[in-house]
Amino acid sequence: MKKWKYLTMTAALGTSLMLGACGSDTETDEATNGSEATETAESGDAQLTGTVSGDGSSTVAPITEGLVEEYAGTQPDVQVSVGVSGTGGGFEKFIAGETDFSNASRPIKEEEAAELEKAGIDYTEFQVAFDGLTVVVNPENDWAADLTVDQLKKLWIEDGSAKKWSDIDPSWPAEEIVFYSPGTDSGTYDYFDEVILEGADLVKAATLSEDDNVLVQGVAGDKNAIGFFGYAYYLENKDKLTAVTVDGVAPTNETIESGEYSPLSRPLFVYAKNTALQDNEAFYDFMKYTLENAGDMAEAVGYVKLPEEKYEEGLQALEGLK
Amino acid sequence: MWGPNHLVGSSRIFSRILKGVCTMASHGLGKEQSIQQLIAKSRNKKGKKIIEKVMPIILVITALISVLTTIGIVFTLIFETFEFFQRVSITDYLFGKEWLPFSGSEPLYGVLPLILGTLKVSVIAACVAVPLGIAAAIYLSEYATDKTRRTIKPILEVLAGVPTIVYGFFALTFVTPILQELMPSLKIFNALSPGIVVGIMILPMIASLSEDAMSSVPNSIREGALALGATKLEVSLKVVLPAALSGIIASVVLAVSRAIGETMIVSLAGGATPTFDFNVTGSIQTMTAYIVQVSSGDAGYGTTIYYSIYAVGFTLFIFTLIMNLLAQYISKRFREEY
Amino acid sequence: MKYMNDTVVMKRMKSRLTYNKIWKTIFLLATLLALLTLVVLLVRIVSQGTGYLNMDFFNNFGSRFPEKAGIKAALIGSVYLMLIIAPVSMILGVGTAVYLEEYAKKNKFTSFIKMNISNLAGVPSIVFGLLGLTIFVRMLMLGKSLLAAGFTMSLLILPVIIVASQEAIRAVPKEQREASYGMGATKWQTITRVVLPAAIPGILTGSILALSRAVGETAPLVVLGIPVILQFLPDGLLSQFTALPMQIYDWAKRPQEEFQFVASAGIIVLMIFLVIMNSIAIFIRNKFQKRY
Repeated sequence: MKKWKYLTMTAALGTSLMLGACGSDTETDEATNGSEATETAESGDAQLTGTVSGDGSSTVAPITEGLVEEYAGTQPDVQVSVGVSGTGGGFEKFIAGETDFSNASRPIKEEEAAELEKAGIDYTEFQVAFDGLTVVVNPENDWAADLTVDQLKKLWIEDGSAKKWSDIDPSWPAEEIVFYSPGTDSGTYDYFDEVILEGADLVKAATLSEDDNVLVQGVAGDKNAIGFFGYAYYLENKDKLTAVTVDGVAPTNETIESGEYSPLSRPLFVYAKNTALQDNEAFYDFMKYTLENAGDMAEAVGYVKLPEEKYEEGLQALEGLK
Repeated sequence: MWGPNHLVGSSRIFSRILKGVCTMASHGLGKEQSIQQLIAKSRNKKGKKIIEKVMPIILVITALISVLTTIGIVFTLIFETFEFFQRVSITDYLFGKEWLPFSGSEPLYGVLPLILGTLKVSVIAACVAVPLGIAAAIYLSEYATDKTRRTIKPILEVLAGVPTIVYGFFALTFVTPILQELMPSLKIFNALSPGIVVGIMILPMIASLSEDAMSSVPNSIREGALALGATKLEVSLKVVLPAALSGIIASVVLAVSRAIGETMIVSLAGGATPTFDFNVTGSIQTMTAYIVQVSSGDAGYGTTIYYSIYAVGFTLFIFTLIMNLLAQYISKRFREEY
Repeated sequence: MKYMNDTVVMKRMKSRLTYNKIWKTIFLLATLLALLTLVVLLVRIVSQGTGYLNMDFFNNFGSRFPEKAGIKAALIGSVYLMLIIAPVSMILGVGTAVYLEEYAKKNKFTSFIKMNISNLAGVPSIVFGLLGLTIFVRMLMLGKSLLAAGFTMSLLILPVIIVASQEAIRAVPKEQREASYGMGATKWQTITRVVLPAAIPGILTGSILALSRAVGETAPLVVLGIPVILQFLPDGLLSQFTALPMQIYDWAKRPQEEFQFVASAGIIVLMIFLVIMNSIAIFIRNKFQKRY
């Protein structure tokens, strides 16, 4: 029995030592790779070190992740870490001074701005991409493929009745509508609320879900279903869903970027702490990298890039802060 | 060649050498001593005395950590809860039948729907886990061979380690469709599916801990009953079970507490519609799911919705407290000690 | 004189024996049902995830490309996290249990502590996250580091360890303790040399259940602000890190279907990690298990 005790202890010790060694080994490997890379990189690319910390919306996160991934290739000694506590959670930490930047899928609220002022934190708002809120119906739904904004309002606002398609347009089937919506606390819902519901209550019968994949499944599985979520989720499931054209405009990269697909195009933001930009060289570099590459990265993960001028504006604002 | 045996071997040799040195030393000091003298000597050693005095104090401190944790939790929750009740009256909160915090026009903060949601899931989970868990525990402790027990018990414990998100997706994508085949009226989000899955998740807790409790009932009692002509079933149900009851109840309380506090499974498979009814076939929302929804969402910092997280958290805290008091009362009435 | 009527006994005996057999089968079925669920779960996960399990998966960091996405940062993070949680929670847990069972007098204060512990078992993990955020991350200025997360999770799983250890210690027969005192041992010696070794199986069961939970919990980590996007390995106790359950949850939420498979691969890694951890503890438990 003693034998096994020793075995276990040795095993435990050994594993932890090994892992510790593994950990540091890989880091030294990356460091050497990094310095090797610099020697072959273009001149003017100084190797920076430092830490950058951010948090916020899980909608913006995929863009940030791609950026961090690529950035680590160019600046391996900068440790960037980004959390996904949600837009509100991100702001809470931003206000507490714990993060350098905050991802947001909606503009900052007044109360949050007030808190930031109280905490003495100056910040700059940068737009990084567009998301097109896509309203989807089941592929077998051939009657509601185009909706006006008014019809959307009629559909989604709670008015006390159980809705049938024929209530909106008498030529449509007299079947009960099945609604699917993102959770009422998400940025997606917030934006939908702002431009379609305009503060009124969402239809009570709606099935809410935090997980947009569930919404996809729900709409794809029911002829009478209608739902809405971010453009990326529609792109990935094009074969299972029909995107509704709003006032005749279909959501595509072009229409969302140009603003033609309105009012359901929404901007995605990154809020950066000014003092961090000034004092943390690594962060400044990272923000620069973000603004330079967010457009391509957004397209790569299912969002839509802003017009080039917007990024230029952001870069200029960044320059001005230095 | 240089395996663990070698390590063990060398440590054995080392300790033997040490022992030899010590005995030689004591021999050198004087004649061989009797056991009583050795004990008396050892008792009087300064080191031992200090340890005897100090350990209880150290242990009290560790015990106090749990108290500090509770204080910490109350401290974390209480200020914000206070803030919340500045904005929403307590009577509205406690007796209101509608929970609609996101309504633009008239936000309603009656917590009863959330409590009902939690109850639905927890009761279903308990109905699944308690009978199955205790049954499994009886089998493992009384009927299974040693080998079987040593294989099955760890496997059951793996069930306890499956991450809750996996269970959540399991409930949504596997259990719900199956249930829908059996009950066509079941909606995609309901209380039955997460209830069953939470039950499965807490089952190992009840099974494993109860099995431990039953295993530690002295064999002499079992043998006495068997000698009187009882069948194994009668021994298990009439002798072992009552003897192990305190352990079993403790495991059930722990498990049900965990069910009440479960977050991910209910938020993934239960939906997000707080309702004030006893219907388990439709979408519900539990207190925990609400907290997850708001804290991972985009609620503005400083709004009433933000404070409602803390209020609901505090409610949950009080809820578990009441449940525990109840369980303690029941346990006291039925406990037997050997 | 006959006190027992043999024929009546024989008649009744048969039904009692049949009952015995029936219930034995029922109990066995209950156990098998639980195991069956586990098998179903595992089969589903494995069938979806094995495709993505290759060396790259273990060597890469997270990525926006499903083929490139790897679990290295999350796995190492979780390992380090458990290396903190295991000793902290077990020492605190067993210490508290020893105090409550061996040293504490049966007064209101002790009942209060016990009530406290039971209550803590039911607090949702998210509230522990809030607690950790307020106290460890902010007040003690530990930041969103391994240490802060380790302490938070330890507190989360503490009640299970305490309760299980308590029951285990309580179940050690009095005779054993008396025998030890009779030999002249002090209280502390009795505890360390007689009571604890006998109670180890129960303590380890509680620890296994508790640590298994710690490995798979996401909610408190999210509230603490533990990042999901990370391209480096932790290099110290105060370093930032990410953990397996968070990575898995993040992948599962992505719209791309391949990420669902990547998530399944991550779950397989998590389960294997769990099984290894449990096996070590079970090994030790089996060696100490005795029936008196």
